[in-house]
Amino acid sequence: MSLSRRDLLAGTAATAATAALPSGPAQAQSKRNVLKVVPHANLQILDPIWTTGYISRNHGYMIYDTLFALDDNLKPQPQMVESLDVSGDRLRYVMKLRDGLSWHDGTAVTADDCVASLQRWGKRDGMGQRLMAVTDKLEADGSKNIVLTLKRPYGVVLDSIGKISSNVPFMMPKRVAETPADKQIEDTTGSGPFMFNKANWKPGNLAIYEKFKNYVPRKEAASSAAGGKIAKVDRVEWYTMDANTAMNALMSGEIDYWEQVTPDLIDVLKKAPNVKIENLDPTGNMGWARFNHLVAPTNNPMVRQAIMKACKQDEFLKTAIGNPDYYKLCKSIYPCGTTYESDAGFVDQNLADAKTLLKQSGYNGEELVILQPTDHPVLNPFCQVLAEQIRAIGINVKLQAMDWSTVLQRRASKEPNDKGGWNMFTTWWIGGDTVNPLTGVGFGATGEKGWFGWASDEEAIKMQDAFANAASPEDAKKAATALQQRLYANGHYVNLGMFFVPVGYRDSVKGMIRSPVQFFWNMEVAG
Amino acid sequence: MVSFIVRRVLSTLPVMIIVAIVVFAMLRLTPGDPAVVIAGDQATAEQIARIRSNLGLDLPIHVQFVTWIGQLLQGDLGISIFTNMPVSTLIAQRLEPTLMLSLTTICFSVLVAVPLGVWAAWRSGTWTDRVIMVFSVLGFSFPVFVLGYLLIYEFGLTLKWLPTQGYKSPFSDPVGFVRSIIMPTITLSMIYIALVTRITRASVLEVLSEDYIRTARAKGQIERKVLFRHALKNAAVPIATIIGIGIALLIGGAVVTETVFNIPGLGRLVVDAILRRDYPIIQGLILVFSFTYIIINMLIDIAYTFFDPRIRY
Repeated sequence: MSLSRRDLLAGTAATAATAALPSGPAQAQSKRNVLKVVPHANLQILDPIWTTGYISRNHGYMIYDTLFALDDNLKPQPQMVESLDVSGDRLRYVMKLRDGLSWHDGTAVTADDCVASLQRWGKRDGMGQRLMAVTDKLEADGSKNIVLTLKRPYGVVLDSIGKISSNVPFMMPKRVAETPADKQIEDTTGSGPFMFNKANWKPGNLAIYEKFKNYVPRKEAASSAAGGKIAKVDRVEWYTMDANTAMNALMSGEIDYWEQVTPDLIDVLKKAPNVKIENLDPTGNMGWARFNHLVAPTNNPMVRQAIMKACKQDEFLKTAIGNPDYYKLCKSIYPCGTTYESDAGFVDQNLADAKTLLKQSGYNGEELVILQPTDHPVLNPFCQVLAEQIRAIGINVKLQAMDWSTVLQRRASKEPNDKGGWNMFTTWWIGGDTVNPLTGVGFGATGEKGWFGWASDEEAIKMQDAFANAASPEDAKKAATALQQRLYANGHYVNLGMFFVPVGYRDSVKGMIRSPVQFFWNMEVAG
Repeated sequence: MVSFIVRRVLSTLPVMIIVAIVVFAMLRLTPGDPAVVIAGDQATAEQIARIRSNLGLDLPIHVQFVTWIGQLLQGDLGISIFTNMPVSTLIAQRLEPTLMLSLTTICFSVLVAVPLGVWAAWRSGTWTDRVIMVFSVLGFSFPVFVLGYLLIYEFGLTLKWLPTQGYKSPFSDPVGFVRSIIMPTITLSMIYIALVTRITRASVLEVLSEDYIRTARAKGQIERKVLFRHALKNAAVPIATIIGIGIALLIGGAVVTETVFNIPGLGRLVVDAILRRDYPIIQGLILVFSFTYIIINMLIDIAYTFFDPRIRY
């Protein structure tokens, strides 16, 4: 029997958790205006348009605001916008800014600023690029009105401008938004509910956000990314630390909130006094095993189909997540429980059929390379299960162990396996990134121009276009379902199911917002 | 002596140049690409290529090297690819916690280990010696993180005497500093206490068999003075060597302790940089570590002349 570092820690911490700890240390209680947080990652990049990294996106939500934002039902609602006027032919959108909006430097937010911000975002983001492709003109009309004129009606204008996850179209001052899209911004002036304290930023350790006192929140109650963003603490401090250290700090009350409790520490924290564990993300995370469509043997659709039939979602989730409270079997490519959820086309495990398909495919024992990030607590076990399930139908699997950074580099290779190529890697997307056919970059099928794996399928592209141009919610749903069926039939990727990463917090913390993305407005540290 | 110091300082230059070339080459040969980490999971190959180009990572390696060396000659360690901050600023932010942790660790280790080693030598072959040596072996073999977490469990979570993590500067919060540095210091000291104790014991034991010690005892010198004035001073050269090496190793090698106790030091900075392939930070830090190592070695050499006047350079 071997004991891992985590096992040992879980054991010692479990014992600690059962000891009678006093409720809330004096240190934490004397600092009610400060919310101390351990975010899910180390904030290194301050430009949420330059990178799609989720931590930079969350930083963006702290300091920037958006024109529209998704509510609890994932519907776009006005945020910086006071009123929206759409012409009868759906070609002209006039968005009027709310009164009183100002940048952190005190100057007023203008339509010019917003136009420049949308243009920069439109050069980087996938949905933004699609929107700009159908845009005839984007201009300011006076200081308050943003006018978007389209070449043809486009069904997801507000879903695009209000998208909840990376890259989020955050509004920045014009002077900042004019930074070339491929260059990182340096000025962190925003108009959001918090201001970034750049002078005291210590990457890898501490990021501080101060309340922006002149922020004018909407009057509606907070609802996911939409509604009133009320900063209830003067300061939010993000500390970067190791998972076990975060667990100890939360139990001792040195921090108030831990954004992502790792699966192996959930049970320990559940037993700790004055600590709560809760899933705040209704759309969870979607696990994927991605195929390389260019390299043998996974360039063969029948081999991909055979692999899909070899895989059993339940096994992936049991192994990687363990506790059924934090995973959900989901046959849909869109998060279960959201608008476009469907079981259509899902491939259930059938080993006999998988073996038959593999035989028919002409597979003759070529090596199938899986990129295995051994430093990732969820993707690593996903890879191990994947390898076992594929081996069971007779495929010659080679698991190549490496760190996550190397996976990110290796997956860009289009070379054959003997020259550093690959066949499969596992990944995950937050549910907010896969709520519809356009938000999910990985749904794309544009071949070598697209996302890693480079699936190429004209039909799938047409279905995405049909969704974008849908005239009614029913048509949109139909297009979304058709796309799902097409992706499964074409062996686009293996759906590994849905899992949730709970937050951990001291019971003195109130006001958390349920959302696919972590927000810190509305939160307070009670007495 | 002055000419020795000048010669040693000058001799660091070729070493630093070799280190610079090796580090640069090794980093470029290591798999991983900062551009893909920056771009994030959703980025396409096209977007990554644009970022790589923007950062100059698509330039030929020799061009990148010449650019970097050019910056170094102007005293510029470069800019972090991720944070856009000067590497020198990032190092400066992390220097104090690491130096303080190293200082407290070395002081604590020496204060505990030297008397223990002398005592073990004096009581050589007795139960006292054996107990000290058993603890010394334990100090070597007990993983740092296990000891760290045990201390956290006892003093942080159960007794609530000390914070479980974090670092306070002694210049802004002296009490907070003492509270935050106790457990990391004890944790990190264990291996050095074990090491210095063993070296001290062996050195003192060797000296204790010398004629001049016998002479000192025959003259009626009290045992404390025999041990600390005659024996320890003459056994000091290997002890000073091991302490010096300890300091050099601590500067960059405290990463586990820094991680367990969330101390924002250089060790964590270099590990984070390696995981993200932030080349300028890794290159800058390794140069700083190498330079520190060379300087400390030089200081140890100088210290020898004080402990043993027969040594001349």
